[in-house]
Amino acid sequence: MQALVIVAHGSHLNPDSAQPTYDHADTIRKTGAFDEVREGFWKEEPHFREVIRTVESDEVFVVPLFISEGYFTEQVIPRELRLEGWDPDLWESDGTDATEVTLEVGDAEKTVHYCGPVGTHDAMTDVIVKRAETVTDDPDVGPGFGLAVVGHGTERNENSAKAIEHHTERIREMDRFDEMRALYMDEEPEVDDVTDYFESEDVVVVPLFVADGFHTQEDIPEDMGLTDDYRTGWDVPGIVDGQRIWYAGAVGTEPLMADVILERAVDAGADVGDALEQVESWTSERPAAGD
Amino acid sequence: MEATGWRVADEVLEAFLETVLETDEDDQPVIDFDGLVAERLADGSTYRLETSTTTVEIEASTVANATERSMDELRQSLEPIGPFVTNWYVWERTVGGRETARRAFLRWCEGAPLDDPKVETVASKTDTSDVLDRYDALESGVVRHWGELQITTRLATEDGGCTGTGTGTGTGAGERVYEIRHVQDADATDETLEDHDDPRDAREIVTYDADGRYRPLKTAPTLVAGWRFAGLSGDDLVETVRTIYPATVANWHREQCGDLDVDHWLETAERQTGIYDVIDELPRETLEWLTEACCVDSQCLKRREWEYAADDPIDTDPGDGVFPCREPCSLVIAAARKWAILESEEEKTWELELTTTEMNQLAEIVDAVADGRVDEIREADVYDGANRYRARYLRAKRMDDGSLGEGATNR
Repeated sequence: MQALVIVAHGSHLNPDSAQPTYDHADTIRKTGAFDEVREGFWKEEPHFREVIRTVESDEVFVVPLFISEGYFTEQVIPRELRLEGWDPDLWESDGTDATEVTLEVGDAEKTVHYCGPVGTHDAMTDVIVKRAETVTDDPDVGPGFGLAVVGHGTERNENSAKAIEHHTERIREMDRFDEMRALYMDEEPEVDDVTDYFESEDVVVVPLFVADGFHTQEDIPEDMGLTDDYRTGWDVPGIVDGQRIWYAGAVGTEPLMADVILERAVDAGADVGDALEQVESWTSERPAAGD
Repeated sequence: MEATGWRVADEVLEAFLETVLETDEDDQPVIDFDGLVAERLADGSTYRLETSTTTVEIEASTVANATERSMDELRQSLEPIGPFVTNWYVWERTVGGRETARRAFLRWCEGAPLDDPKVETVASKTDTSDVLDRYDALESGVVRHWGELQITTRLATEDGGCTGTGTGTGTGAGERVYEIRHVQDADATDETLEDHDDPRDAREIVTYDADGRYRPLKTAPTLVAGWRFAGLSGDDLVETVRTIYPATVANWHREQCGDLDVDHWLETAERQTGIYDVIDELPRETLEWLTEACCVDSQCLKRREWEYAADDPIDTDPGDGVFPCREPCSLVIAAARKWAILESEEEKTWELELTTTEMNQLAEIVDAVADGRVDEIREADVYDGANRYRARYLRAKRMDDGSLGEGATNR
């Protein structure tokens, strides 16, 4: 038997924070690829501390629904899951390369495959592009458009920016959008000045966040000048300095994220049958060209 | 229970015979479960099926060369022990999962002793070990309480419904069917409750309280009433309970097995890093106040098992919850961070100009907020010190700059 455990932050204050975790877990449950699929949280229940004991399977694939490697993936989650012998060096990562490490846990007779966070997986690049397609309702969006990938950015964790840059560079290599930029909330270049960084008339802004919450639904729309007051909402696209801003909201809410979670588990050795194809077919349903 | 007329379903009969046929000649019973023993006699000619009240013997040749007709005869001969046979089928084939929390919980739900070698608790000994008594109880429905949940277990009928409704004596497969509702709805008629059958529907139910506020603590005694999950299978029952009270089944099972791992306050606090690194500085004496604030039955349905340290118990009543709390939860940790910071402040002496009644009114306001009574105070009840007009008057009179400090001096 194999189980998938998706670990996420959750919130004591915001009931929507855990929603993407539940949604993606439900998608993966529907594939039947795992005997058990469970959610575990830092700020909700079941807590990281107790989630492993709720599974019956001997083999557990733990996928952090986090954007970057850092404090949570390297310290909090391994400690709270009681991963025995854990050391960040086991991942042999320079900030975006963590894939998997197999360890035992201290409170149950289980083998845990502890995976890298979803945010740094290469498949995440496709989710960002997919998000741009979703928000513009155009499966071929690209020519004539700029794309901004927005991260939190923080001086405390250099890996936070690395994940953003990683995907920005990969999308740039696709040569699909006219312009590409990585922007941040708390460091330069800042998302506040989004229109300074693009010449294109249309700019898609995709925040690399797991859930919609304070930052993506309050800070960023106001900082960009998309709205004076987040409570009154904003248009998509909205006009800022004469440019059309297609604000996408948190990338983590994109249904295709379930695919990245599965990819992480597959990289760690999970046997998921044709689940990847199933998830892709469910999440790529869109009208054919000309419809 | 009247066992006569108990028709054992085809799939049960097949599985049972298949298992009995596996009996070899080393004199070991092939089935020894919940009072049913099945063994092959030494000469190999006969299978003996024995319960506390009945013994059925079947010739080996009948089993080995079963035809459709002889199958009917076999079925008839099993009728006297029908409940035992279907009971074996349910636990061995449908539920399975020996030594799992899921199985233990389902056994607990119908008052069966926990058939786990690690369990030697008093609680399990008081349960009904006799299968016939248990089937009698399942006919009318076995009711158990789990936090604010009322869980009823019944035998399923052929139409997938429940017994106790006059529709017969079950499918012959012994299948159990479960219902969950809020304990407040114990006497509510089914039609007045909102029906659900998908465990995931419970997510919505647990997210908000009756006033529509977010419930960050799933075991807070604020679960809304007015719904029921009916016709649940065992797996769906466990999944629903897991959604409503996450990890409670797993920790309760560990407790039943005598290996609940408790992390006391100090260990949990010292483990914290980042912004929670400070909580191990919270003074020892404040733990009484902390647990009184957060960890009593009025605030959380878990029974606190953790202390300040293994050899340093906390005086606050740990609560009466059926499921144990094995370490301070994330809400307590977050609150403790605030208190750790606040408790590092020095105490000062303040001089305030207040009448005696105004001073008492401050206490009434604190009480009303702490007990969540604010919304119950009537608009015009100016006799209550925590009444809104009374509080606004006090603010207008004594708090020119938004704080009581205007007239107060710090000595």
